[in-house]
Amino acid sequence: MTTKLMGQKVQRVEDQRFLRGQGRYVDDVGVSGSTQLLHAAVLRSPHAHARILDIDVEAVLDLEGVHAVWTYDDLAGLAAPMAEPLPLLIPHPALTHGRTQYALARDEVNYAGEAIAFVVADDRYLAEDAVGRIRVSYEPLPPVVGIDAAREARALVHEDVPGNIGARLEQNVGDAPAAIKAAPHTLSLDLTVERSACTPLEGRGTVARWDPDINRLQVWTSTQSSTGVRAAVAVKLGLDLGQVDVITPDVGGGFGVKINHPWPEELLVPLAARALGRTVKFTEDRREHFISSAHERGQVQHIEVGFDDDGRLLGLDVEFWHDHGAYTPYGLIVPIITSTQLLGPYKPHNYRVVFESLYTNTVMVTPYRGAGRPQGCYAMERTMDAIAAYLGKDRADVRAVNFIQPDEFPFDQGLIFQDGRELEYDSGDYPASLEKIKALVGWDEFPAFQREMAAQGRRVGIGLACYVEGTGVGPYEGAHVHIETSGKVKVATGLTTQGQGHATVFAQLVADELGVKFEDVEVVTGDTRRMAYAVGTFASRAAVMSGSAIHLAAKRAKEKVLKIAADALEAAPEDLEIVDGVVSVKGSPGASIDLGTVSVLSNPLRYAFDEASKAATQFSVGDPGKPPVAEDDEPGLEGKDFYSPERATFASGMHAVIVETDPETAEIKILKYAVVHDCGHLINPMIVEGQIHGGVAQGVGGALYERMAYDESGQLLNASFMDFLMPYVTEVPDGIDIDHLETPSPLNPLGIKGAGEAGVIPSAAVFAAAIEDAERVDRPALAITAMPISPSELYTLRQEHPR
Amino acid sequence: MTEELHDVRLSVNGTTYDTRVPARRLLSDALRHDLGLTGTHVGCEHGVCGACTILVDGEPMRSCLMFAVSAVDHELTTVEGLTNEDGSLSPVQQAFSECHGLQCGFCTPGFLTTITAGLRDNPTPTHEEARDMIAGNLCRCTGYQNIVKAVERAAELVELAELVETPAPEAGR
Ligand code: FES
Ligand code: FES
Repeated sequence: MTTKLMGQKVQRVEDQRFLRGQGRYVDDVGVSGSTQLLHAAVLRSPHAHARILDIDVEAVLDLEGVHAVWTYDDLAGLAAPMAEPLPLLIPHPALTHGRTQYALARDEVNYAGEAIAFVVADDRYLAEDAVGRIRVSYEPLPPVVGIDAAREARALVHEDVPGNIGARLEQNVGDAPAAIKAAPHTLSLDLTVERSACTPLEGRGTVARWDPDINRLQVWTSTQSSTGVRAAVAVKLGLDLGQVDVITPDVGGGFGVKINHPWPEELLVPLAARALGRTVKFTEDRREHFISSAHERGQVQHIEVGFDDDGRLLGLDVEFWHDHGAYTPYGLIVPIITSTQLLGPYKPHNYRVVFESLYTNTVMVTPYRGAGRPQGCYAMERTMDAIAAYLGKDRADVRAVNFIQPDEFPFDQGLIFQDGRELEYDSGDYPASLEKIKALVGWDEFPAFQREMAAQGRRVGIGLACYVEGTGVGPYEGAHVHIETSGKVKVATGLTTQGQGHATVFAQLVADELGVKFEDVEVVTGDTRRMAYAVGTFASRAAVMSGSAIHLAAKRAKEKVLKIAADALEAAPEDLEIVDGVVSVKGSPGASIDLGTVSVLSNPLRYAFDEASKAATQFSVGDPGKPPVAEDDEPGLEGKDFYSPERATFASGMHAVIVETDPETAEIKILKYAVVHDCGHLINPMIVEGQIHGGVAQGVGGALYERMAYDESGQLLNASFMDFLMPYVTEVPDGIDIDHLETPSPLNPLGIKGAGEAGVIPSAAVFAAAIEDAERVDRPALAITAMPISPSELYTLRQEHPR
Repeated sequence: MTEELHDVRLSVNGTTYDTRVPARRLLSDALRHDLGLTGTHVGCEHGVCGACTILVDGEPMRSCLMFAVSAVDHELTTVEGLTNEDGSLSPVQQAFSECHGLQCGFCTPGFLTTITAGLRDNPTPTHEEARDMIAGNLCRCTGYQNIVKAVERAAELVELAELVETPAPEAGR
């Protein structure tokens, strides 16, 4: 009997090619035979806000090796829709003033880094030379940088957007203001979170080739949504969808930034490929990534809370201001998530949340791993800590009294979630998680440890933060499973992959369902030629959505296998089993047939191409009096299915950290990091833990180091890895203790929930709590309200709060 | 704007390549785009991320900080040259696979080359030394936990291989 692979630490199949240097990322495409390849570079605005008076490309036009120089004025002539603004992907009724940029700036630029001109040349060096020769005259306009400036609205980002307010959205459950008024205790908090960014090691990139022989465009792009790019390219270039293929090869990390689409270059590169009849490539460099790809996180929050003597929430009133940058191509997803996921594992009974999403003259904001949840978790968990401090209670106890209890699921929070559906939690067990995290981090023993350390002149602090994560949002994903005559199984799903091990976990599911060897399953993701209907990889949805679809598709293929094999073996389908790719009659191993042979039988084509076909001739299948392919059947051994859930599934978790702060330098050191995580049934624990590790590292970065340092003129001062401090191994905890809880989701056949973002959600909250705890030993009034926090900021806080 | 081109002969992974490049062509670009050795990745082009690390005469170097013309007369090793002669994975590669030391794989070539040289110089690193060995390379995916494990596992595998090799020559597979 084959052992079930679901739940096993199966080693990744994709590793082989990565370890040998045979990965295929977008910038690797077209390299062999590269004489045909042309390279693009983009002229970007040096100003955060300016009117473009004139663009002079004269000095570039006749440069040797330069093939095209385009500005906005050229676009309409190349494809009429290209002259229109880029699409607003996710409209929302509250987004009353949505604005998107043009592929190349039209009369005005709204952030330093906005694309102005596009050059195609023999190589990137020449293209950059050419970009450097383009002369633009600007009339600088007053820039709006940061949330405070946006709210003051002394200057406007877009003349026709009053108050710089792109959207205002309010949701209410019960009557929070009244409940707070009536509560025995109240508190208010003002919090801020800085901007950071996904910063995958591979930036954006696109390659396109137009094939005049078949009238088709092929696009390779480093995206989280191949089908999305396909649709955008088709519309913008005036092509039929059927003329565009989008292939997403290996992707060097995404973390959200590659879900936004189309980026200007994703349209300009295919446009150039068609116009020039040559393969064209754009590979973003690091500085470009900082100044022209999206950021996230920046928020200012005001919280009012009312509670009873036990710390039980009676009313919660949250107001926040979200910095969405210069444009809103991805709609309100991020602030909507903050406003809804803020509630975490708690039930505040009365909740009011209102946000304003504001324009600033900075790079646009789209989801970054966690997508608005880190900010929401920060707001809620800082509130929990503040309540505990006010009441002099244990922080874990205050959380516990507010938990939704295991017997209360499904639990409807009474809000509308990001997917437009009700925010209803499917399952979970928060008290059990709390017990686990307390044990894992040594919560109860910590006060003694803290006193012991204090006696030695060392200050240590502990923090705890809980979250719930809506994962696996719809609308759907699909899968196609094809059993070849060799017995090998080819699986395709449309969503993309950027390092999460999809080729492995999906193969595990197929091997389990079909009873084939894991090595015989090959998975393709993100290729619109193989699966034209798909949504994308984001919101920790891959395992839930594509995993379920693949499971269902494999089931369909299996049904067909059993039907044909039953005919061939003259047995009932229920009496058959498939083990290691062989179908046999249970209990009589002599009567068996290979899957490959079944595949041959499924196709009544009378050519014996191979051994399998020859072998198949010994079985006669079907009734000679009927057509070889029945009316309700089709040739081939395939299964295709889609999975579309009613609503998102809710993973959850708790993190705890112990930090030490230096009494002199205010340096912050991590002594211990612990995670308890519930993503339902695990497909591959090794991969889930890898996701947590990566998330924690990104969280450490966001909490202690990473910030986008804009000056008041809107220049990003730290647009390099030298200045934007991403954690090296020296900055991450040495060891992350992980414990799992598995409360299966009732919403999908595998009982799974997403796991991709969990590691990063509670970081700002948990570090703020731990640092505060360490400092409060001798500065009881010191509160950490702004994240990230650097040693110098902590030092300043100490000066402001003398012992 | 005709650029002067230089004939360069590069020796990479034991193979000699002749190519013509302008003086400003980065070695990383020459490897990737002129020689087709795309295993070496470029994550920053300013010497900070380490993704482009290759071995120059056995020493780890950032190929984005070298010009192709200055690599003449040196022995270069890229990730493509790390596998054993029989095509099997080297101990460092094998350890990465066993320990789940990679996710998107983009930073991986730089880690593999760095660690290969690091273990040659210090075949039995302590845990702290294992962490130090990779302290100059950025990874955005893995959180480094499993990369550190991979360094330690690779050291074990090297030691095992040596144990096997020494007494019984026919035991090699
Ligand atoms: S690409 Fe060379 S160090 Fe980053
Ligand atoms: S595995 Fe993706 S950057 Fe390291």
